[in-house]
Amino acid sequence: MNTATAISAGDTAWVLISTALVMLMVPGLALFYGGLVRGKNALNSMMMSLAPLGIVTVQWVLIGYSLSFAPGNGFIGGLSFWGFNAVGAGANPTYAATIPHVAFAMFQAMFAIITVALISGAVVERMRFPAYLAFGVLWTTLVYDPLAHWVWGDGGWLRTLGALDFAGGTVVHVSAGTAALVAAMVLGKRHVVGRAPLVPHSVPFTLFGAGLLWFGWFGFNAGSALTASDLAALAFASTHTAAAAGLTAWVLIDLIRTGKTTAVGAATGAVIGLVAITPAAGFVSTRSGLLIGALAVVASYTAMQIRARTTLDDTLDVFACHGVAGIFGALLTGVFASKVVNPAGADGLIHGGGFHQVGVQALAVLVTMVLSGGLTAGILVALQAVMKVRSSIASEVIGLDSSEHGEEAYHAGDLGEMGGSAGALGHGVVLIRPGVPKRARGVA
Amino acid sequence: MKLVTCVVRPERLQAVKGALFEVGVTGMTLSRVSGHGGETEIVEHYRGSALVLEFRDKVKIEMAVSEPFVEATIQAIVRAARTGEVGDGKIFVQELERVVRIRTGECDVNALTPVTADEVQSRQSDYELWKAET
Repeated sequence: MNTATAISAGDTAWVLISTALVMLMVPGLALFYGGLVRGKNALNSMMMSLAPLGIVTVQWVLIGYSLSFAPGNGFIGGLSFWGFNAVGAGANPTYAATIPHVAFAMFQAMFAIITVALISGAVVERMRFPAYLAFGVLWTTLVYDPLAHWVWGDGGWLRTLGALDFAGGTVVHVSAGTAALVAAMVLGKRHVVGRAPLVPHSVPFTLFGAGLLWFGWFGFNAGSALTASDLAALAFASTHTAAAAGLTAWVLIDLIRTGKTTAVGAATGAVIGLVAITPAAGFVSTRSGLLIGALAVVASYTAMQIRARTTLDDTLDVFACHGVAGIFGALLTGVFASKVVNPAGADGLIHGGGFHQVGVQALAVLVTMVLSGGLTAGILVALQAVMKVRSSIASEVIGLDSSEHGEEAYHAGDLGEMGGSAGALGHGVVLIRPGVPKRARGVA
Repeated sequence: MKLVTCVVRPERLQAVKGALFEVGVTGMTLSRVSGHGGETEIVEHYRGSALVLEFRDKVKIEMAVSEPFVEATIQAIVRAARTGEVGDGKIFVQELERVVRIRTGECDVNALTPVTADEVQSRQSDYELWKAET
């Protein structure tokens, strides 16, 4: 692209580090989700978070980046950047004038990856893995890429309209949250729901995962400044503040309602705060971050209690966490945005901007939900016509680690490991020699 | 001979073990069990949703004892396991038909008399000494 533009060492360093930080959110999410499911589904859930690192990256390099960011019309990018064609060391001033174009493209790749990974929380413990992979590729192509183009792409119609989304509140969180809600509806609830207590198998995993998400979110939000600048510092500050307010709000709600603060709750509260500040990070003051984080937790907590009273099995409450907090964050951006903070932004409701910005934000949320919800249902129904999407009752009972992956997170029960490698009850390790019928080697 | 089985609170296990050792009962088998007595249920919360844990963790101890030890065993368990609250557990005593010590083939009361590893070792070396002499 325009190689005459000076590449800034500082900006490039910050964006590369931010890219790596966002990448770390993916294993962070794997731990966060993996800890919340039952032990027999731990690997399957973690793989659902990690697999997009592979498949979405491949899709991104081949066509995803082009569909999202290449010059096109208001609704979809062209194919001029396919295979990272013309995406190289020079800068692309349309998006970031001071860093190599390829650095921008890789930074954006991480967003596409984590968006697909987020959806998985709604379908864990019952979706067949091949169907999930197919869904991931189709969803990122048909939903994420156009949406990224609308909001961030050159000539995208929501961007032209003036919708504010600093780091992906609508593109990532509202779209993933809505897709999660619809996917949970289409797949139906797990057979065991209502019959057995379903408790997290490793709360420490979930806490550590939330910690990694929080850490990576600095790259997600402050990195979205695309410069090592005052704007990045501002986004950094409001990101941390909102997470802290979210954690605090949940702890207080817990104390008031049950008298006991829960670890899962604290972790969830922090993540909700982070989700809510994502669209607002570079447009609002640090003080506003406190309010956004806390208000989003009240909304998400309420949504979770309502969801728990329905038969909807959004297993890890992805809609309540990411959908509801994403919607609140996007709307509150229209309330708290200030041109004093960021001249490139807008003045929100409390800064004399009237309801205009709130209205634009609401429109962006609405079209995101319609696009994501409608196409998610379409993709899943189409997949159901050509392959098995839902796992069998038998594999739900033995766990998807074994039925989908042929391996287990926690091998051998109490008695199996007592007997040494042979296994006291014949479980444990069995040597498979060539010629053994495939049916005998594993389950289903 | 009786098979004495008791179910006690996990937090009383160390005390029960100590009391049994004091009265000379050293042979025992432990297992973790879950169960339900008259105690109130535990309530946990995950993301605001209440979850009732119906069963409580307990420890089950099984001991095969010869007649003179039965009463002492029962008294020791009661003394050490009692807190006075609901959920202290129970003791079950059953008639025992036959006991075999796998190592030696000894039967019944002979099989129940505790033999420690030290004793076995000294007997073994006595045997080897005797064999070397002859």
